[in-house]
Amino acid sequence: MNIALKVWRQKNSQTPGKMVDYKLSDVSPDMSFLEMFDVLNEELSHKGEEPVAFDHDCREGICGMCSMYINGRPHGPETGTTTCQLHMRSFNDGDTIVVEPWRARAFPVIKDLVVDREAFDRIIQAGGYVSVNTGSAPDANDILIPREIADEAMDAAQCIGCGACVAACKNASAMLFTAAKISQLAVLPQGHAEHQLRAERMVAQMDAEGFGACSFTGACSVECPKSISLDHIARLNREYLGAKLASNNA
Amino acid sequence: MIDVLEEQETGIKLDSKAPEGPLAEKWAKHKFNLKLVNPANKRKYEIIVVGTGLAGASAAAALGELGYNVKAFCFQDSPRRAHSIAAQGGINAAKNYQNDGDSVFRLFYDTIKGGDYRARESNVHRLAEVSVNIIDQCVAQGVPFAREYGGALANRSFGGSQVSRTFYARGQTGQQLLLGAYSALSRQVANGKVKLFPRTEMLDLVIEGGKARGIITRNLVTGKIESHSGHAVLLCTGGYGNVFYLSTNAMGSNVTAAWRAHKKGALFGNPCFTQIHPTCIPVKGKYQSKLTLMSESLRNDGRVWVPKTKEIAEKVQKGEIKAKDIKEEDRDYFLERRYPSFGNLVPRDVASRNAKNVCDEGRGVAASGLAVYLDFADAIKRDSKKVIEAKYGNLFEMYEKIVDEDPYETPMKIYPAVHYTMGGLWVDYNLMTNVPGLYALGEANFSDHGANRLGASALMQGLADGYFVIPYTLGDYLATIGPADKIPTTHPAFKDAEQTVNDTISRMLSIKGDKTAEEFHRQLGHIMWEYCGMARNAEGLAKAKKMIQDLRKEFWTNLRLTGSDMELNPALEQASRVADFLELGELMVDDALNRNESCGGHFREEYSTEDGEAKRDDEHYTYVAAWEYKGPNQPEKLHKEMLKFETVKLTQRSYK
Repeated sequence: MNIALKVWRQKNSQTPGKMVDYKLSDVSPDMSFLEMFDVLNEELSHKGEEPVAFDHDCREGICGMCSMYINGRPHGPETGTTTCQLHMRSFNDGDTIVVEPWRARAFPVIKDLVVDREAFDRIIQAGGYVSVNTGSAPDANDILIPREIADEAMDAAQCIGCGACVAACKNASAMLFTAAKISQLAVLPQGHAEHQLRAERMVAQMDAEGFGACSFTGACSVECPKSISLDHIARLNREYLGAKLASNNA
Repeated sequence: MIDVLEEQETGIKLDSKAPEGPLAEKWAKHKFNLKLVNPANKRKYEIIVVGTGLAGASAAAALGELGYNVKAFCFQDSPRRAHSIAAQGGINAAKNYQNDGDSVFRLFYDTIKGGDYRARESNVHRLAEVSVNIIDQCVAQGVPFAREYGGALANRSFGGSQVSRTFYARGQTGQQLLLGAYSALSRQVANGKVKLFPRTEMLDLVIEGGKARGIITRNLVTGKIESHSGHAVLLCTGGYGNVFYLSTNAMGSNVTAAWRAHKKGALFGNPCFTQIHPTCIPVKGKYQSKLTLMSESLRNDGRVWVPKTKEIAEKVQKGEIKAKDIKEEDRDYFLERRYPSFGNLVPRDVASRNAKNVCDEGRGVAASGLAVYLDFADAIKRDSKKVIEAKYGNLFEMYEKIVDEDPYETPMKIYPAVHYTMGGLWVDYNLMTNVPGLYALGEANFSDHGANRLGASALMQGLADGYFVIPYTLGDYLATIGPADKIPTTHPAFKDAEQTVNDTISRMLSIKGDKTAEEFHRQLGHIMWEYCGMARNAEGLAKAKKMIQDLRKEFWTNLRLTGSDMELNPALEQASRVADFLELGELMVDDALNRNESCGGHFREEYSTEDGEAKRDDEHYTYVAAWEYKGPNQPEKLHKEMLKFETVKLTQRSYK
């Protein structure tokens, strides 16, 4: 396959960036999208040009590090797929592919396609945990959890924290990410004790980071590589409202 | 009884510190004998934790909870992305919830036997003891393990085990356990007890007065070289499987932290013990960057087979016929045939070697001839597609995405790939290396899996070390040295180490040769896989040693790097890691040459039984090979920790 690429190049957070054109020939349909970038980078190195910086690590769709905005969609054209799991067979010979970084105020560009997603870590630090010290847990089967509840928690817990939901949202909202954690812990008995405080704190942090508001278009869920459901946003809203009604910090 | 296990000429004393007394009482007794740090004094200590996978995140969280000040470092952009996240199948624990005969002793015994009697009894028994606490802790954190309809935890059996002791969260167990540890870590960040340093890579260890004093790091965004001082340094940096270039490890997984510590004096244990996982998606194309694992749990329902004859296999390889065209009587279910009692569930090393053998006979499938079938047709017929989908749905999807074939309709094609490294920094019972104050946890140490790791045991070890071992053993060291025993980062020891790191980086950037780090890495990987992979022999290893030396020489004269050091520069990061792999590779070869026996993942063709099984030599090799660095391009010195088996009897491992 022959592929034309338009790639966002930006030296660092202080320098303005621009789209740059590249051409690649002999692209195999069995290559992953990132392997295609490996080939491009090797070519650039040999030409004495600087390779394109992009985030990636596990290359099996679970670490959440890869983050390319491909032809106007986070992680490209396939649903339920991360960039690293996308293969060139999803494109046609002669295609022009436009590749940009995640675009969001809360995710500043570090270089080329690499963005800073530490805002997500700070949302989790605000309350995305159960306050249990190591060694103080009861026997694992002391609290029985119906299978449907465990499954629902797992559906939410699958979030890989890649940020595609933010990139897909016209408001750059982090609601799906925040909801996934709040919902996972809200349905489990272990997370119940702190569920109100958690909802209040995590939402407050999300707002403080500069993520936009949720207008419930559902783009986040469509583009989520783990197909996390909008139901969790509904649960977040319920948790948050309940927390605010009962809250001393209101 | 203290085991002083080595001759004294170089001043290195290998003392395992394994406690005396009956096996089952060693850990309880040892915990009581360890010194404690007064709760009010804990805040006076600073602990450096490198790596935030299961071992690192759990250690940092548990130590923060106790009141220590922790600095946690990772090269990824978030601690949640460490490669533990990719573990699929599960985590073992001797809960015996299934009433099927499991016990702490059985988990201990299976692990020792599975490791082909090359692990320390005391460590392994402790691992089995604390396994039960891990599950309790994770459930309390909100880890959504699979459950039965009644609400109790579900279990499955896993390669190499005849009881169901594996806990799992769909095919994403590692992810859920890591996110549990990450959440505990995040709580300590919020409490101000842990400070995170993401996108920061450790490039050297600082030793002064014979003790580990801190580390030198590079901020991967700004390129700045920085010093961090602490009372102890914990390396939780995972394994070195990427020395093979193609492996199931993440692209960034590397040996650098452990290797630089090794060059500063920490001994490296059993470097040649690497695990080849039997069920991975086969290599396709020269551009391939990594290999993808298909969870071993698939072998619970999938049947492994190849065509009975070379003639039929050739037709498959040429694409003339497909799996479904091959009649039942023309199929060879080789694991079921050779190992009737364990069948498709034989341990990883055995399954991998057998797959290699049938492919070497020309009976492999796929165009390359380097693949075997993993067939679910019978399981789907027996249990329905729905049941199989519920168990393995996400794995089948992943397979289809990569290979573009539907495993419900046609058998998967799999081939062994490098997956895990049992070797690592030598540690004593307290997880301390021979350098006082330097610890190694999880895959980064050598300690619990001997020559072969059983499935679902890596997650167990990472969390055991971090949650339940280091919080006790570290206190003993800290109480001994006291809070004042720390040096500032202005000390010449830090300045010298910074200088060395800067010099090495400048040297790499100044070569301006023709070959990229990627090309050197691929070439090294090819040498390692060819001569130090699934089967090894003296002749090939000797050849590999020379090839690695030549490649290393070429690296330092012909490396091509673009960009500068004072910016985000992924090519520079890779070059720095490849430089270390080029040294480690040679040590692995030396270790494999030294070990004139076959055990676990280390298979020397010269040492096998008549029917091709591994032949151990307990008389001469019942020891841990711990290597001491002696300077650039110098042969390393071998130290031996003799392994004493007080409880189990060494037997020929048989899964027939």
